Amino acid sequence: MGLELYLDLLSQPCRAVYLFAKANRIPFEMQNVELFRDFPLRQPQRTSGSTGLLFPSICIGEHMTDEFARVNSLKRLPAMKDGDFTLAESAAILHYLSQKYNTPAHWYPRDLQARARVEEYLYWHADSIRGTLGSVLWIQVLGPLIDIHVPKEKVDRNRAFITQLLQHLEQKFLQDKPFLTGDQISVADLMALEELMQTFYAGFDVFEGRPKLAAWRGRVEATFGEELWQETHEAIRKLCADPKSLKDIPLAMQEGMKLRLSKIP
Amino acid sequence: MSLELYLDLISPPCRAVYIFAKMNNIHFDYFAVDLLHGEQHSKEFEAINILRKVPLLREGSFILAESVPILLYLTRKFSTSLYWYPPDIRIQARIDEYMAWQYEGMQIIMEKILWSKLLIPMITGQEVPQEKVDDVLKQAETNIQLFCDHFLKDKPFLVGNVISLADLMAAVELMQPSGADFDIFLGRPKLNEWLLRVEEIVGHRLFQEAHEKLLTIKNWDISILDPSVRKKILIMIEKVTK
Repeated sequence: MGLELYLDLLSQPCRAVYLFAKANRIPFEMQNVELFRDFPLRQPQRTSGSTGLLFPSICIGEHMTDEFARVNSLKRLPAMKDGDFTLAESAAILHYLSQKYNTPAHWYPRDLQARARVEEYLYWHADSIRGTLGSVLWIQVLGPLIDIHVPKEKVDRNRAFITQLLQHLEQKFLQDKPFLTGDQISVADLMALEELMQTFYAGFDVFEGRPKLAAWRGRVEATFGEELWQETHEAIRKLCADPKSLKDIPLAMQEGMKLRLSKIP
Repeated sequence: MSLELYLDLISPPCRAVYIFAKMNNIHFDYFAVDLLHGEQHSKEFEAINILRKVPLLREGSFILAESVPILLYLTRKFSTSLYWYPPDIRIQARIDEYMAWQYEGMQIIMEKILWSKLLIPMITGQEVPQEKVDDVLKQAETNIQLFCDHFLKDKPFLVGNVISLADLMAAVELMQPSGADFDIFLGRPKLNEWLLRVEEIVGHRLFQEAHEKLLTIKNWDISILDPSVRKKILIMIEKVTK
């Protein structure tokens, strides 16, 4: 059994891994894990506590089952299985794939300082961007689906945080460069853009009034080509265009969703 | 060109960088940034780092934020012993996996214990409702269990038989509640033994030195608390007591 990638393309880091693998022609078997699909839940104590509730970006769903746990005991997406080696966390997966498949150096520059820049972005991204930008989908699409309307005060606060983050993205990272950390695309651009695309599809156009970011987006998209880009974003686009396509969400899952919504500061 | 490190040892990621640099005899100019006094918001610091975060590394015009990138930069630049971040891609992946997980999975929750048990009562003069403290401790319990079950398991160190950057990061994070005299290692012998192994390799003197500020924070004179910091603290309190 070769490389398996456990992904749900509704998730930003899953899309980053998917795009990276496809663009680098890495052979893999796609294991489509559906975040919101009903799947019989096991006894709570057999899971690692309520980990699904601790990582707000993950809902109770298929990936919480014991079978998936055998692949990835962290019960998170994306996940990777390479023979007997399992791995979670998109940043770890991307790095592993880049080394194993010897991808072009620009994804992870060899130069000491250039490399540090990419890593600095990825860690800042995890601390700051992740979660905050993703909340827009919850506020505008997923919450209303289960009749939860996040209070205006929180929506406004989220917007303010996003505005500040986008400022940092432009002023500290992108500046006048073609890509976030240099002249060529790196994994930093991929991870960043997927978060902005999530927000975009969810109804908040973060590129409007930000020509630098819009131009950068164009450059990143061009790297992957239209066909792959469209294919990768089909699921999130469909969900946002027709939220009700996500039918009959089980109560247990709704509870998980409510918890995620409650974590929006 | 000298290496400058801007650190506040109250912060676990700063301690990781400090300990690593010292252990590897990396010469650096140490700039203490006092977070609780709002020094990260000073104009001087903001000029260096728009993100106003510590730890921060500066070497001439090269400025680097974020502890893990700083640690990786130091391992490469100073060609430190390979075991910190070995060339084996699977071991690197395991370290990367821990480092990616640790911010939400460990750092935040350990910080919440310190704040809810010590810093909030100290600063506001009011205890955090027991129910909230219990919630925090329950969440910590789950995360620590996950740490033991998924990351440490039965190995001497997180990624095998030898210490790595992951162990250093985890150790300083798990020490955070100690600032509130809360010993999370109590009743967890395996975890305690792991910490002792890490501490032994770091060296007791250096480990204690790095944790001195944390362990004496309860004696801190809050009357000199900066007003801007108080404001930030109120926001933090809201998050912790959620």
